[in-house]
Amino acid sequence: MSEGLGARVIFRIVGGPLDGVVITETTIWAVIVSIGLIIFAICATRKLERYPKGLQAVAELIVEYVYKFVHDTMGKRNMSFAPYIGTLFLFLLFGNALGLLGFRPFTADMNATFAMSALVFMLIQINSIRSRGFGHYLKHFADPYPFMVPIKVLEEFTFPISLAFRIFGNILAGVIIMELAMEGLKSLSLHTLHLPIPLLQTVLPLPLNLFFDIFEPILQAFVFTMLTMSFIAKAILSRPETDDDESPGHEPERGEGFNEDDLFVGGADYSDVRGYGEKQAESA
Amino acid sequence: MDTSGISPQAFVLGLSALGAGIAMIVGFGVGIGQGIATGKALESIARQPEAKGDIQTTMFIGLAMTETSVIFALIIAIILVFANPLVGLLPQ
Repeated sequence: MSEGLGARVIFRIVGGPLDGVVITETTIWAVIVSIGLIIFAICATRKLERYPKGLQAVAELIVEYVYKFVHDTMGKRNMSFAPYIGTLFLFLLFGNALGLLGFRPFTADMNATFAMSALVFMLIQINSIRSRGFGHYLKHFADPYPFMVPIKVLEEFTFPISLAFRIFGNILAGVIIMELAMEGLKSLSLHTLHLPIPLLQTVLPLPLNLFFDIFEPILQAFVFTMLTMSFIAKAILSRPETDDDESPGHEPERGEGFNEDDLFVGGADYSDVRGYGEKQAESA
Repeated sequence: MDTSGISPQAFVLGLSALGAGIAMIVGFGVGIGQGIATGKALESIARQPEAKGDIQTTMFIGLAMTETSVIFALIIAIILVFANPLVGLLPQ
């Protein structure tokens, strides 16, 4: 059971100190989930139509929801983070829900969650430096009082650590409880009821599955992306507000309110979504 | 020498299991705190149903923040039970 805490090595490419270069179960599942998402994205956007149906409708629903979510949480000027946030959410969601297929969710491996929170840490720091300038970035650690510098530096590190531990702990607790329940039902049906097959494992764990493999993954993916968004927005927020006081229902025109210096991820903005301009023209 | 018949390893493992149980007492305080937060959120939704979305989002962030301490306790408990580092410290 103790190997359930770390990575499970599938095969080894190069031997060496500290296990050398290895391929783990986590890596393989992460690649499989990524490939699945990429295939879905390609299939859904291959033949774009004005009136979406089928996969395109699903994809548009997801994209619209993510953009609205990022708009409400981070403000209009940070819309360029929406593709990253949406990808992170879907990746974490399917990674957490792997238990539904009977596999171990790859977020129950500490390496995966820490890798993702390290990414978030880099995003926060780089965006903080970009928006403040390096001098002000150093200065903001001593913001109210200089003696608080150690605490503020510590705060920068405790956030990604707690972010990684939160999703890891929740998913691992789910995995352990599911495993205990399955083992318990197995021994109950085999040794107490003397059934030839572990029949009790069929329907009885469904409520547990519903909670630990559907509700908890959605909640944890939501919490992870939500905290990521609010902390990135907090890192950028020190600049004067100019265009955030409009009503949240307002949809930005192409180029409006976007400053190229503000954009960090990919440089894509809201108006780059394919078909967006057509829809705008239609409603006008 | 060892009159009671308990090996040092068994002693360490037993106390570790006890420690894992004690660590999870954190759930007591976190449960009360999350209950209060959810109750207050329900009150404000009842008072202002149109602000339901905002209240829910803020509540989830707050709950996630509160949950951190119990998650740390859970990780300590899991490490003590499944990947005990203390047994390796015993003199062989």
